[in-house]
Amino acid sequence: MILSEQKPMEEILELLKNEKNIFIIGCDGCAEVCKTGGEEACSKLKSELEKAGKKIAGCINVDFLCNKVLDRLRINRNMDVIKDADSILVLSCGIGVQAVGAVIEKAVRPANNSVFVGGFQGLWPSEERCEECGQCYLGMTSGICPITACTKGLLNGPCGGALNGMCEVDKEKECGWHNIYERLNKLGKLGDMDRFVEARDYKKMMPGKKVRNSKFYNIEVEEEETVNE
Amino acid sequence: MSKLSEALKNKKFAVTSEVGPPKGMNIDTCIEDAELIKDLVTAINVTDNQSAVMRISSTAICHKLVEKGMEPVFQMVCRDRNRIALQSDMLGAWLLGIENVLCLTGDHNSLGDHPGSRPVFDLDSVQLIKAISDLNGGHDMVGNELEGSPDFFHGAVVTPESDPVEPQIIKMKKKIDAGAKFFQTQAVYSPEVFEKFMNKVQKFNVPVMVGIVVLKSAGMAKFMNANVAGVNVPEAIVKEMADTPKEDRAKKSVEISARIIRRVKSMCQGAHIMPLGWDKHVPAILEQAEL
Repeated sequence: MILSEQKPMEEILELLKNEKNIFIIGCDGCAEVCKTGGEEACSKLKSELEKAGKKIAGCINVDFLCNKVLDRLRINRNMDVIKDADSILVLSCGIGVQAVGAVIEKAVRPANNSVFVGGFQGLWPSEERCEECGQCYLGMTSGICPITACTKGLLNGPCGGALNGMCEVDKEKECGWHNIYERLNKLGKLGDMDRFVEARDYKKMMPGKKVRNSKFYNIEVEEEETVNE
Repeated sequence: MSKLSEALKNKKFAVTSEVGPPKGMNIDTCIEDAELIKDLVTAINVTDNQSAVMRISSTAICHKLVEKGMEPVFQMVCRDRNRIALQSDMLGAWLLGIENVLCLTGDHNSLGDHPGSRPVFDLDSVQLIKAISDLNGGHDMVGNELEGSPDFFHGAVVTPESDPVEPQIIKMKKKIDAGAKFFQTQAVYSPEVFEKFMNKVQKFNVPVMVGIVVLKSAGMAKFMNANVAGVNVPEAIVKEMADTPKEDRAKKSVEISARIIRRVKSMCQGAHIMPLGWDKHVPAILEQAEL
């Protein structure tokens, strides 16, 4: 279980600032439970975006966005609409956003911040990684996480260490920023790399009060209580 | 105002070189290396735990150079200190008479001699440059006012022979916007590639000093080509070194470095020579480069 919170509306609109025609994909897994990804959250965000003057090309929900096979299937089925969209707004945790980015050559924008992994332990669905930084950066890179894909977690572009697209730390590990550059170049969104990104706020990694009070945060405690009863 | 900032501001062709702090308390060789070149260069870079190998701090060696009347360029990497320590050490450096800073990301810990250490990278190089601009402006990076501020001349690095070079240029622009006042480049061996790079960045109007890494052997060239990012020694130069008998190699190496500087000096505003221990050959390089 990855707990997520929706980004403030101003931040979502800033991410979509140069985009008019938006396709929405919501996750019916963890994000639905957090009310940040299910149909209810999607339709609420859809109407807010329409109010802000955006055109919503379409809106689908996928059971578990971290499942790329499923994503590919659902995206292909809606390709005739998606292909004309300027970007895809993804309502899920950071892994779902990266998974969507990995299966389609389209700019992806996160609607949520991932803040905490709770519930299941020992689960890692795929090669996409999310550190639950609480300040999702996937919007500026169109779906590749600079914190987990870059060994140094750099936010403002590549270091000088990559050789032939591979990381200085491990010749078999791809350089995250090389991939980000290649992806943005392909999408015609290189301008997204120009913005100065402020230093991270590590406080955001601490789950907020709302999350701490949710039953999923306390799931182990509750389970123990149930057993004791 | 530092001599380096003055020289670059007055559009003079400036030369810098570098020394690496030793591992341990015996700093004689390091200081001797600096003294060998001090009258030929405007400033001397002091590396910061280069290659992620633990050594005496750059700050301490910089201070020693200041005491001896030399002007250091304090190299600062983001690998080992969080934002509090970076800013604090910067203020401390100014107190010790250090005026020039070069901001770098830093090689990853796993490449050095403490591979299990915790990588910090709390700030990246662009954010570090911004933080120093903030200190110069009289406040720290979160906006708290300083009682007395420094006035650093801070610069950054760029890799002209990186392929593709565009991400480097995008980041270079961000560094300039964050306040970088000069650039020293990664090693350049192909004047043609450097010229293309300079044509793309000329518009930024920020002084660029070409990086020259003094080649010691054909083996070193091959090693760098295979392992060092953005370094590309052309086959012709590798062959030139390989065909030179061992006793003439230093002479050949001097000739190659000087030749590159002569070819590119009209395109840029200075040269940064990295002798990697061959400091005694720097005078000959500068002489043959007609500087």
